[in-house]
This record gives sequence, structure tokens and C-alpha cells, in this order.
Amino acid sequence: MSTVDDLAPVVVHDSGRESRRERLRVVLRSKTFLAGAVIVGVWVFCALFGPAIVPHDPYADDILGKLQPPSTEHWFGTDRLGRDVFSRVVVGARDILAVAPLAALLGTVLGTALGLVTGYFRGLTDDVIMRIVDAFLAIPVVVIGLVALTAVGPSRVTVVLVIGIVFTPIIARTVRAAVLAERDLEYVEAARLRNERAPYVLGGEILPNVLGPVLVEFTVRIGYAIFAIATLSFLGFGIQPPAPDWGLQIFENYGLLSAGDWWPTLFPALAIATLVVGVNLIADGLTRAFER
Amino acid sequence: MSAVPVSADAPALELDALAVAFHVRGQWRQALRGVSLTIAPGEAYGLVGESGCGKSTAALAVMRYLPRNGRVTGGAIRVGGADLLAMSEREVRRYRAQSASMVYQNPGAALNPSLRVGDQVAEAFTVAGLSAAEARRRGLELLTRVQIADPASVLRRYPHQLSGGMQQRVLIAMALASDPALLILDEPTTGLDATVEAEVLDLVAGLRAELGTSILFISHNLAVVRRMCERVGVLYAGRLVEEGPADGVFRDPRHPYTVGLLRCLPRGGTRKDERRLDTIPGVLPAPGADLPGCVFADRCGLVRDICREEEPPLHAVGPGRTSRCHFWQDAEALPHTAASPRPVRGPVSAAQRPVLAVAGAAKTFRQDGQHVHALAGVTLGVGPGETLGLVGESGSGKTTLARVLLGLTPPDAGTAVELDGEPLAPELSSRSAEDVRALQIVFQNPDSALNRRFAARRIVGRALTKLLGLRGARREERVHELARAVRFDERLLPARPAQLSGGLKQRVAIARAFAGEPRVVVCDEPTSALDVSVQAAILNLLVDLQDEQGVSYVFISHDLGVVRYLADRIAVLYLGRLMEVGDSATVLAAPHHPYTEALLSAAPGLGGEERARIRLEGEIPSAAAPPSGCVFHTRCPRKLGEICEREEPPLAEAEPGHALRCHIPLEDLRRLQAAPPGTTPPAS
Repeated sequence: MSTVDDLAPVVVHDSGRESRRERLRVVLRSKTFLAGAVIVGVWVFCALFGPAIVPHDPYADDILGKLQPPSTEHWFGTDRLGRDVFSRVVVGARDILAVAPLAALLGTVLGTALGLVTGYFRGLTDDVIMRIVDAFLAIPVVVIGLVALTAVGPSRVTVVLVIGIVFTPIIARTVRAAVLAERDLEYVEAARLRNERAPYVLGGEILPNVLGPVLVEFTVRIGYAIFAIATLSFLGFGIQPPAPDWGLQIFENYGLLSAGDWWPTLFPALAIATLVVGVNLIADGLTRAFER
Repeated sequence: MSAVPVSADAPALELDALAVAFHVRGQWRQALRGVSLTIAPGEAYGLVGESGCGKSTAALAVMRYLPRNGRVTGGAIRVGGADLLAMSEREVRRYRAQSASMVYQNPGAALNPSLRVGDQVAEAFTVAGLSAAEARRRGLELLTRVQIADPASVLRRYPHQLSGGMQQRVLIAMALASDPALLILDEPTTGLDATVEAEVLDLVAGLRAELGTSILFISHNLAVVRRMCERVGVLYAGRLVEEGPADGVFRDPRHPYTVGLLRCLPRGGTRKDERRLDTIPGVLPAPGADLPGCVFADRCGLVRDICREEEPPLHAVGPGRTSRCHFWQDAEALPHTAASPRPVRGPVSAAQRPVLAVAGAAKTFRQDGQHVHALAGVTLGVGPGETLGLVGESGSGKTTLARVLLGLTPPDAGTAVELDGEPLAPELSSRSAEDVRALQIVFQNPDSALNRRFAARRIVGRALTKLLGLRGARREERVHELARAVRFDERLLPARPAQLSGGLKQRVAIARAFAGEPRVVVCDEPTSALDVSVQAAILNLLVDLQDEQGVSYVFISHDLGVVRYLADRIAVLYLGRLMEVGDSATVLAAPHHPYTEALLSAAPGLGGEERARIRLEGEIPSAAAPPSGCVFHTRCPRKLGEICEREEPPLAEAEPGHALRCHIPLEDLRRLQAAPPGTTPPAS
């Protein structure tokens, strides 16, 4: 008598770990990802060990030695207070690399929750929330940020909160689209047919299937957060002086550009650019790994 | 002068020891292992075999459409005498534009959704060098030729505004635009309703007679190939194991694989209490596997030592017939995998109180401001241990009815669902845990029914926790018991769905459905995504589980052979209304409702007998505006007259345990349906 009609002669080990390893292999083989990882890695190193390795104290002014062009003593020159630009750029990585990922994380968590709920329940809740989201998306991020920061006063915490909340609707939109594709699959109905409550269906069944897009969105948002923080700092609403924040440095020194003193502006600007490019390269690498 | 010389007497297609390999994970894997076949001009040749055998690879090679990682590693392809593999890119393009066309399985994906049908059809002519205006005119002509109703308006529409059957007609029209010498049809009717399939097949047969096109017809459906083709080749693991006239091969197969395939099908009115279905044990060898002997040796019931060591030569086994089996004389002696007839179960008494009953089931969807009546007053019951078959075309309301029973779709007010005589809440969320446990479902597509992130163990285990409150070691023990009950190798429990074959996935889904010891399991086309040998195994399993646990099934299927095998009673739905219900033997034997008659007539048989064909014209009307009177009158081949348009017939008990909804008296139906073919022109 036949019992086993279609069994493949395979022995399966922990499949979850295996598929994660396979995905990791795809990611690590991607040159895009590796290039991004190297760039970001350098900045993370600067953030962690910057204060210990820089040649000068980034806060020490030296009015007599102000605005010196790049030299062997001051690789990136000095700013209008005579502070060493190189040391300030290296140490400045710390602020932005602490604040930007936290802001992106906050936005991702809130946005994912909102996207799951609106995508799953649809109906009136969905309509109302998504229209609010649309309205939110119509206003430039910086404008919302300025208004909020004026109201609550600038600090690192408020920058994280404001940028996180501003990103929430954007992420909610992406996650909602992914949830819409999942919610009509029969495994969701199978879950309902065994008395699962909505929170489990959302968190336990649907969320694991939309984690790929969520992770990619998170990485992309870190890039945008760096940009947004630099912008806010430049406008004076972000991180406050005398911190060696990059945006703040540009703000403090860009007036000198017309006088030909380009170095205190150029090097922080390059720092922002390389970090954003690095993060986006990582995001591209991840996107490709999650596209099946 | 054409660069593609096509001589009239050269074979339309000739494969000579064609070998194709695919580069997968750093290795070249053989998908076709030396396939030789010849299609004469005007001949229709069927290529059959289960998924993964290389059917589509052969078709793609013939169009020179192999994907980037595939290449021809040996042999030759000649089309009309010309060497296809030696052609330049330019010549290949001309060959595709003028000499060969292909029609794919999924018509929805083969049409560009953002272009009007007219533009796409016209394109088929403009590539051949016609002016735009001329192309439009010819497009209209073509659509008329493929018998599309109102072709001018179809040309103006977008693909999504057409039904699957109409889309496939458009694609066939486009394939015929260049008047090709060779037409390749790759599963052209898979996914279409039996009634629509019958129409499309009629169309292809008619066009072939008219145009004399040679056809390579690829299908896993043996009955369809039997009907459409003169000759047939059976492909297994990239090798042609048997070839010959379709008639002979299906009547008197000479290779154990062909024998096995034919035995998997529920045929000749076999029923579950008469005998189990045969299966083909084991699985298809992985692509690229090293197969020194006979490719089928590992799954063959007749295997001997020589089969594993020595590749069988091509034996001539009759006029125009060949078989690659050392023991072709004995092929029919292939042992049955299910030799013993199953013990006959006690007959299910209709008098018993139904486990699950629904009265006046109605469901109205709102769509684009219209009211769509998906269900309109269906009253039905399923008894303990009984299988109720639900049949009807897509759009007839089968799935909606099942979802209403399960509580997944809340019905309109007035619908009463009862479990053991106790009313059930219409919404799943307001049903008691006990009630939810009692009704479960096995979905059609196991890929979307199982959460792809979870291992089989977790999928089944979670159901046990939620439905029975089992945890820890007791839960683990029960997971293993269920795995054994559905014949699922326990070693595979840590596997995720993507690592399992279709049949194994469906077993996991069945184990999940049975986790809570349900009273009624809805099976929504549970085998239509599976190969026939796997289908047979799953059907056997469902019957076994019913025997052991006394569960009732509501079995939805478009395959009447499967329903006949499994169902104790059959309910026929049309436009959300019950047209006929009764014991399965009564419903399937004349006299029956004209709609049932048409459904049965549309299903191609394997015997090759020419039955009187009752063809349904057109397609199922929109449920937003159902026809007046009897909803079936617009397509009914036996319409009486004006009364059918004016008055809806009641669902009346014609004989004990058999009710149908028709104005024609039962005696007249009996007489009409017993009449020999050709003598009963449809009354109009």
C-alpha cells in the first residue's frame, strides 16, 4: 500500500537559519552594499573613537590662529574661532550617528504600527488616517520640523522626536502597501479560523512577511534623517553650538565663503554627503537582497 | 526571398536528440535529455507529463526563447527543414514573426494591461510590415475568426475588461496573425472553466481544420490532449518515454509512466467506496540528476536491476509507436499501488440530521455602486461523514457559499447557518471557540494558505495551541501524530513551505485543518494546483481521514471526475442559485438539469468516445443584473420558451432525494437526454 506518494528524500535542518544565511550571503556578495558598509564603517569608527584620536581639541578656540587654510598642522584648516576643522568633522560624526538612526527607528516603529493597522482594518479608520497622512506629506519636512522645534525648543531629544514623527506617515504608507498585498492571502484567513486575535495576526503572521520592506525603508530613512538633521542644524533649530555638528559648522562658516575661506564649509559638507551616500548604498544592497 | 526556407513536405517541426541545460547555482543541469520528435505539416502533436518534466522547456527551445541561463547543449531543431539553431538573430526574429507562434498558459499576463486590445492585435500585423489602417482591418477580421462576440467593441477595450476565455481567444487570434506554419499551445486552457475550455478547444480544432496549421500542444491534462491531438509524446524527466497515436497510447499504454499517469485519474465513474486511486510513488528526479539507467526506474513498480544500469533503447511497440522501457510488453502489468478495494463504508443516510445546514443563504456585494448578488437563497445541508460536492462555473457562488458557512464572509440578513441544529453566528468573530473549531478549510493554493515565514511544525502547532489549548510536549506529540495521519514525513516538520513540493504543502494545510478535530472541512479545489499523481494521493488521504474521523466535507471542484469519485451528494450552483441537488449518482446520470448536462458535456473524457456535445454559448451573465425568470435561460440549450424568461422555476423535488430547478418536467428531460446525439436540436 502506498503511504508516501510525493515525499522528497530530503532532511531539513533549521530552515529559518538557512534562509537567513542565504540572504546574508546575497547581501555580502553585493558590491553596492560593501562599498556603503565601508563608508559608513569609517564614520562609525570616527563616532566611537573620534575624541581619542583627533589631533586637536575640537572645542578649543585659538583666535590668533583663526581661518588658517589646510596645512600639515591643521589638515582641514581652522574655522573662524581657530578651532581645528578636521577634529571637529571627525568628532561631529558622533552626534549625527546617534540622532539620525534613533529618529529613523522611531519613525519606522510608529510607521510600521500605523501601516499594519490601517492596511489590515481598511474601512473608515484607514480612510481617515491615510487622508491625514496625505496632508502631512504635502508639507515639506523642514517646515514641520521648524514649527515643532520652535514650539518645544531645540535639543537632541526633540530633534529625534520631531524627525521620527515626520517620517512616520511616509513609512506607514510603504508598510500599508505591503500589508494590503498580504492581508488577502489565505494564511490570514486560516489564522482567523483558529480564533487568533487581530494583534497576533498583525504582529505574528503579517509582520514577519513585511519585514524586508520595513528594513529597507529604515535604512533609507537614516539617510534622509542625516539630511534633515543637518538642515535643521544649519537653520539653527537642530543641535546647538558649540557642538561640532556638521550642519551647524556649515551654518557658522558659510558666510566666509565669499571671502574665499572655503575649508570650514566644504569639509563638513563632504562629510554629510559621504555619509548619506554610504547609507543609501547599503539600502540599495538590501533592497536587491529582498527582491525575490 | 525569405531567409527561412520552408518546404511544403518537410516536417513542420523536427527535434533531433535535443538536449537543453540550465545553469542553476553554479552548475549546468540537464532539463531535456535528448528528445526526438517530428510533427508533420498539419499535424497536432501533444506533449504530456507532470510539471518539471521539461514540456515548457521544449516549447521555449522551439521558439528560441530559452531564458538567459538556459542553452541547447546538443541535438538539432529543424522547422520546416531549416536549422533553427544555426539562424542569426535577424532570421530568428523573422521566424517568430512569420513561421511560428506561441500561446501561453496565463492569458492575463501575456497581454499588456495598459494597451487596448486593438493596438496589441494590430501590432501582430505591423511587425509583418502592414500599414496601421490595414493592420486594424485585419485585426477585426481575426477577432471575428476566433468567434469573439462583438469584436469591434473588444478591440476598444483593455485586457482586464475581458474574461479569461476572451483573453485567450485574443491571444490565439494574435498567434494566428502571421498565418504560422507551427502553433505552440502551452497549457492554453489551464485555469479556464470547463465550459470555456470546451469552447476554446472547439475553436482551436476548427481553426486547425481551416488553416492546416501544425500544432504542438502542451498540457498536463491527458483528456484534453486525447481530444485535440493525433499523436502524443509522454515526457518524463526530460526524456520522451513513449510516443504514438493518441488513441493507441491512451488505450493501450506501453510505458509504466503512462500507465501510472492514466491510473491516477478517477475514471469510468469509479467512486471512493469502490477503490482507492492509484498513485505514482516517489518524486520526479531533480533537474540535472545523474540517471544512468531508465529515468523512471526509481518510481517504477516493474523495476529490475537492468533498469538502473542500462538506458532502455527506443523499442518499436506497434505501428508508429515507440516506448523507452525494457519491459514494454508488460507495462500494463504495473502493480496497482492501491490493490485492495477499500472497505465499503456504511451508506450515509440522507434522513440523518445534517451536521451543517444553511437556509436561504444570500450574499450581496456592493461593487462600483451596483449590487452583485453572489448568492441568492441557497438551502443546503451536509450530513455526518458525508461529502457534499459543490460544482458550477467560476462566478456561480461556490466559494462565497463556503465562506458564508465558515463565517469568513458575513451573509445578508435572513441567512440561517446551523451546526447540529443550533444557529451559528454569521460572523466568525462572534462564534464560540467550539463553533470555530468545528468548521475548517483546505484552500486551493497551498502557497498562499501557509505562512511562508513559518516551519510546518509551527503552522500545525499553532493551530493545536489555539484550537485545543495544547502546549509543550503534548503539543509536539500531537504535531507528530497529525503529520503521520496526513502521511507527512516527520523529518520535514522543520521545513518551511518554500522547501516543500506542492503535494507536501497541501498535506501541511490538511494537517492544520484537522488539528482542531473539526466536524466539517471545506475543501476549496484542494487538488487543482497539483499534478495528477499528487492529486490522487491527496484524494486518497482525504477519503482515509474521513473514514477514520467521520468528518464531513464540502468539496468544491470544477473537475467532475474528482467530484464523482469523492462526493456522496452533489449541489450544482449557477449565478448564486441552487440549480440541482441530489445523490451524486442521481445528479450525474440523466435526467438532470440542462446546466448539469452542459457541465458534464464540457468535460473531456479519456475514453475518446464522441458524446453528444452540449455547448454553452457565451459566458456566465453578470450577477449584478441576473437574467429574468430562470437565470439560466440565456444560455440554456433546452429552453422551453417564454415561460423560462418570465418565471423562475422552483427548486422542486423531482424524485426522492433529487431536486432541480427547471420548467421542463422530469419525464421530458429523461426523454431528451436519452436521445441519441444529433437528434435533439436545442429548442428555441
